[in-house]
Amino acid sequence: MSLALSSMSHPGPRKDVATAARLGASRKRTDRIIRTLCLAATIIGLVLLASILITLFYRGFEAMSLRVFTHVTAAPGSEGGLLNAIVGSLIQSLIGTAIGTPIGMLVGTYLAEYAKDSWLGNAVRFVSDILLSAPSILIGLFVYQILVLPFGGFSGWAGIAALAIIVIPIVVRTTEDMLQLIPNTLREAVVGLGAPKWKMIVLICWRAAIAGIITGILLAVARVAGETAPLLFTSLGNNAWSTDLSKPMSSLPVTIYAFAGSPFEDWIALAWAGALLITLGVLSLNILARTLLRSRI
Amino acid sequence: MASVSATPPRAASRRGSSLGDKVFALVCQAAGIFVLILLGALIIELLIAGLPAFRAFGLAFVTSTDWDPVKELFGAGVSIYGTIVTAILAIILAVPLAFGVAFFLTELAPPWMRRPVGTAVELLAAVPSIIYGMWGFFVIAPAFAQHVQPFIIDTFGELPLIGFLFQGPPFGTGLFTAAFILAIMVLPFIAATMRDVFEQVPPVYKESAYGLGATNWEVMKGVVIPYTRISVVGGIMLGLGRALGETMAVTFVIGNANRISTSLFGPGNTIASLVALEFGESEIGSLKLASLLALGFILFVLSFVVLATSRYLLRSRLKV
Amino acid sequence: MNRRSLLLGASAALTLPVFGAKAQTAQITGAGATFPNPIYQKWAEAARTPTGIQVNYQSVGSGAGINQIRNRTVDFGGTDAPLNAQQLTEANLLQFPTVMGSLVAIVNIPGIAEDQLRLTGPLLADIYLGKITRWNDAQIVALNPGLSLPNLTIAPAYRADGSGTTFVWVSYLSAVSPEFKEKVGVGTSVRFPAGTGARGNEGVAGTVRNVRGAIGYVENAYAITNKLVTTQIRNNAGNFVKPEHKSFMAAASAADWSVPGFAANVIDQAGPESWPIVAPTFILLPTNPTDAARSANVRRFFDWAFTNGSQLAAELEYIPLPESVHNAVRAAWRQSFGA
Repeated sequence: MSLALSSMSHPGPRKDVATAARLGASRKRTDRIIRTLCLAATIIGLVLLASILITLFYRGFEAMSLRVFTHVTAAPGSEGGLLNAIVGSLIQSLIGTAIGTPIGMLVGTYLAEYAKDSWLGNAVRFVSDILLSAPSILIGLFVYQILVLPFGGFSGWAGIAALAIIVIPIVVRTTEDMLQLIPNTLREAVVGLGAPKWKMIVLICWRAAIAGIITGILLAVARVAGETAPLLFTSLGNNAWSTDLSKPMSSLPVTIYAFAGSPFEDWIALAWAGALLITLGVLSLNILARTLLRSRI
Repeated sequence: MASVSATPPRAASRRGSSLGDKVFALVCQAAGIFVLILLGALIIELLIAGLPAFRAFGLAFVTSTDWDPVKELFGAGVSIYGTIVTAILAIILAVPLAFGVAFFLTELAPPWMRRPVGTAVELLAAVPSIIYGMWGFFVIAPAFAQHVQPFIIDTFGELPLIGFLFQGPPFGTGLFTAAFILAIMVLPFIAATMRDVFEQVPPVYKESAYGLGATNWEVMKGVVIPYTRISVVGGIMLGLGRALGETMAVTFVIGNANRISTSLFGPGNTIASLVALEFGESEIGSLKLASLLALGFILFVLSFVVLATSRYLLRSRLKV
Repeated sequence: MNRRSLLLGASAALTLPVFGAKAQTAQITGAGATFPNPIYQKWAEAARTPTGIQVNYQSVGSGAGINQIRNRTVDFGGTDAPLNAQQLTEANLLQFPTVMGSLVAIVNIPGIAEDQLRLTGPLLADIYLGKITRWNDAQIVALNPGLSLPNLTIAPAYRADGSGTTFVWVSYLSAVSPEFKEKVGVGTSVRFPAGTGARGNEGVAGTVRNVRGAIGYVENAYAITNKLVTTQIRNNAGNFVKPEHKSFMAAASAADWSVPGFAANVIDQAGPESWPIVAPTFILLPTNPTDAARSANVRRFFDWAFTNGSQLAAELEYIPLPESVHNAVRAAWRQSFGA
């Protein structure tokens, strides 16, 4: 900018015009180089994503078959699949989200509607943002301390609790953001009609913000479905078919983690199949969430 | 909607609804307080569980570079070192890339390209971290071991002053590989924050600079960056916070060596990877388990400081 | 490859439908060592129909397995590192071996083929201590007169995750090198002074594949299925032996099992043909079970495995225990639990 100004502010003789032209050329060159570098950075980002997806498709498709969905994990050399892991992941992610979502929505509502600038509101907002980015392995350790150790063992419930703790701040953030987008005139109009505030919030604001909140929930499901670290010390994993939440429960990420380091080809192949499954699931949820948000706002 | 307008504003229902209001407000507030308690409990639980380690080794636990499960000597030094080195290296690698992406998306790309490319980069953040681990181990590590590292070790390893950074066998795994994977993982977070804050610069500022004949880069350097400087640093801190606590991807490629390696290609440890790798072989009540939980506490303090700083810096963005 | 497909075919016949009749089966749960996990899964699968027992074994690591059986949250625990007599008495546990496994050293040196390179235990210890750093070190060259060893840095790889495999490997290195024993010692995770860690067998093998000059240790099953370049190792009797079935069996039969908790030392056994790195893995069973029926089912399951499981163990490259040990374990059960 300073460069731009100095070269513009010289009126006058030919010599200066020539200098300006030369300066202009060098400015343009710098600009071109930087623009090329930025394009390159973007291309690198896209190539990395492509590389990950290609690796997953390449190695995952080899192992993909109907068996993956119809059989539970089995001993090496036997016909095993990932059924128990897939179902375990679904159960834990969905119940975890179902528990975390209402809490998150209430907290988000509190922040947007009741405690905009109060010290308590600021504290809650701060803490929720910390939780949003806190290392998920610590949440696993925490749940291990409060639910696994005292209650004598790893369980599906412990896994669900860990995932619910991860869900809460995601839903808090989207709920608060979405509620803030609602114009105050709408609120005033509803209250002016004589409706109590809680009805105004539940029936008007939540309804208006529903697309955004659902987006948040989808993103939360996508996030917890791919989480490994919080489940290692909580739901642990289970080689057999089990839907008993008081027992250790299998999940896709933990199974992938165990199988990927194993000595057996068929287990490693299953790990890749699982990796492909989970990535496709998580990415489609993300894309769905984004499309939904854009079509409604 | 219908039910609201159908409710006549009578005194009786007003009283009932004011009770409803109170209950609803209380429930919301209770949920908020629950979140506070959750974080408080997390900190306290980790501290209490790690206390035996702090008691056994004192404050030296934080600095000691011993981690010898056989002799029951534990210290956090090596893993703190690894955590910080990989996270900072990841940021050094990720920031220029993220800046490039954000600049491209806000100023350079044709409008039709912005959304799909932006989404694709953001999808990098959605890929589960264990996938990064597998990809890193099966794709990146062999490439590094066979092509990148031998070249760098032969070229720079013999140089004075900086040579030590690039010595040792080309394992393909180690601190640098971990940092590389982390860089890709935090790239979308930093890029997204940068893009968002770049977009918040009032168009009139940029247009007046363009009107004076400034190039894209001059506008970025002269207008956008000064205007968004603080938020950009906040976004970088957010990325740093993420990199500090990343677990699964790192466990695949870090090498888990309980010693400080001066070479960037050497193996190391991060707090999160050490906890994940060693937890299964720790007995309840053992000093080792307490030490792992104490490490968790230290990691929490580290991330808390970084994330709190990030949030403080990004506050100005929220108020714009 | 042939053997592999045969194995697949044979086991396919044993596979049960997923939602097969479970109502009449009795469940038992166990947790612990990862090293025997594949064979326990295999046995569980095969025993389900004949015994009516469904075994759910979680491979959580030996340490966690010991935790769980001490707290009685599972019916049996699995560990690679045996508990001593005092620990067993204190926790009211009976310990018995189930199967043995062997470890091999794998290398990636240009021009060196399978079982060509000759190494000794003390040399391996020095490599993992970081004292021998080049493949053309005089000591290695002296053992391998016929081979041309390159001037290449040795890159030792070890298990990053705590594991029974590491326990067995460092047990061996500590047995043959006093210096290794003093500086590193024995445990499921130790502080290696040199080299890099990698997660799981796959990690170690992958690192060795990727890195020229690398050396690593994996379970024999893994080396075989992945066609890794193994080495000869000099045994206690001073002979160089190849990692093959007959040398593993020789080691197994040489061990003395008449020690408390069956904690036999199979490592570095005497005998001209013995492979030096062989180790049993153990089950921990409460002597005062909270549920006698479940405890009986645990014994019934392993009794079935002792009688019928040796072939399956051999297929997965484990080493079955000698018949005499099976009978000694059965005798110990009778002594602790009655008939």
